[in-house]
Amino acid sequence: MSQGLQGAGILVVGASLAGLRACVVLRELGYDGRLTVVGDEPHLPYDRPPLSKGFLVNQDEDVRLPLPDGLDIDWRLGRRARALDLGARTVEVDDGTLLPFAGLVIATGSTARRWPGPTPAVGVHVLRGLDDARALRTALRRGGRLLVLGAGFLGSEVAASAHGAGVPVTVVEPEPQPMRRAVGEAAGAFVAALHRRAGVDLRTSTTAVSLIGDPTFTGARLSDGTEVRAGAAVVAVGAAPSTDWLAGSGLRVAGGVVCDHHARVLLEDGTPAPAVVAAGDVTRWPHPWAPGPGLTLGHWSHATEQADTAARSLLRPQIPAVYRPVPSFWSDQYGVRFRSVGLPALADSAEVRENDPDARRLDVAYYRQGRLVGAFTANRVGRTAAYRARLATELHELAG
Amino acid sequence: MNMRVHVDMELCQSHGQCVFAAPAVFSFDEDDNLVHQETAAESMREAVVRAAAACPVRAVHVGPPDEGDVSGGAAA
Ligand SMILES: Cc1cc2nc3c(=O)[nH]c(=O)nc-3n(C[C@H](O)[C@H](O)[C@H](O)COP(=O)(O)OP(=O)(O)OC[C@H]3O[C@@H](n4cnc5c(N)ncnc54)[C@H](O)[C@@H]3O)c2cc1C
Ligand code: SF4
Repeated sequence: MSQGLQGAGILVVGASLAGLRACVVLRELGYDGRLTVVGDEPHLPYDRPPLSKGFLVNQDEDVRLPLPDGLDIDWRLGRRARALDLGARTVEVDDGTLLPFAGLVIATGSTARRWPGPTPAVGVHVLRGLDDARALRTALRRGGRLLVLGAGFLGSEVAASAHGAGVPVTVVEPEPQPMRRAVGEAAGAFVAALHRRAGVDLRTSTTAVSLIGDPTFTGARLSDGTEVRAGAAVVAVGAAPSTDWLAGSGLRVAGGVVCDHHARVLLEDGTPAPAVVAAGDVTRWPHPWAPGPGLTLGHWSHATEQADTAARSLLRPQIPAVYRPVPSFWSDQYGVRFRSVGLPALADSAEVRENDPDARRLDVAYYRQGRLVGAFTANRVGRTAAYRARLATELHELAG
Repeated sequence: MNMRVHVDMELCQSHGQCVFAAPAVFSFDEDDNLVHQETAAESMREAVVRAAAACPVRAVHVGPPDEGDVSGGAAA
């Protein structure tokens, strides 16, 4: 183990899935020095996936992530990191405190994008954290229609959950199908059919021209010339890596904090910053399937697996661990279990191997330059596991 | 010594992460239900522990065969 990490210890910024996983692995590997975690939410780490599913419409289920015994963490919750000084090896927190570190884990995740136009002060929501989910749930209980802006995974899930709780829902999506950028046309059409069969008012190839209401949201004008009246809106137009606090630090930030395949963070000159690693939604990292500047992924499994690598590379810099995963993602909508493996978004062609809307089953394989790069299935987990195995072999061959 | 593998099927959502991590121990049957070996060789420990850590709903638990309580294996 690297002895240099003992004194000031390891500082983790971001108290969520990736940050906690890094802490757990650091302790598992025998690190017994100081471990400090800064998080801007007031909560101990919790799981986000339930927030757009059952949690949004049911009672307050327990979403806390388990904290194994012996973690011995100095939690600094409700505190936002606002600047990193690599020379002094300190992070400045929003109350002015300077936290020194010998090793740093960057795990600040991503932040929901806001509505780009003028936005009523009350009744327009985003969904990223626990407090967002509680606020949206309260709004849904007040009754009235829910307007969902954006039909990616998050928007689609929110629409399905709200509909399941008896809330009338309108979804507005600029693309011709929901989730199209992630999984393409055929899978998107399958999801569109689910929404429409359920009775959700899905408007594709449509944008919201303006949100109405001052200060309280009452509806929206749409590009199809109609006006939708609604009691609440959810903006589900994606998330951006939370890197604002790294500006001017000397770390390379380009649509995420840039890492190598050991989860080590790179300086502006492209060399790894000593004892600085990162994991989760906040990173941009190289993958053999991804062209150019690499990937950012907002996937649960990515956050945990990259955090594992980050902890190992930090403790054992001489033999840094390698992060080269077959990505995977899940989504639950209308009781249908969607499973994605690999990177369907990178494909140049797709093969629909099964599409049975009545049985609610789907099986699509994705190729790039003739090689399998991903699969997306509905209610076909067994096949997903088979694809996963094939993809692992492909990746292994490619990486040599 | 073998270790004991337990999956809480009330929790399991068929995410398949355990199957990805340790296909020799976990698999799906023809009806897409998760099936797994009740015990696994000690040599599989690393893979099974990885499977437990990868399960998004923390349904996989690992323990020695004689232990009554097999919970908490994911974090051990
Ligand atoms: C509603 C919802 C549903 C989801 N559903 C699924 C799903 O079904 N399947 C799936 O695979 N994935 C899903 N995801 C994605 C998954 O939850 C994320 O990929 C995962 O949470 C990423 O973990 P992370 O630790 O990298 O980042 P985050 O969980 O975003 O955590 C980052 C933490 O850092 C904090 N932070 C940010 N900036 C600072 C700062 N400057 N100082 C201090 N703290 C800071 C943030 O407030 C946050 O607490 C979902 C996400 C959401 C929001
Ligand atoms: S990873 Fe967990 S939820 Fe998924 S199949 Fe295995 S036990 Fe079930």
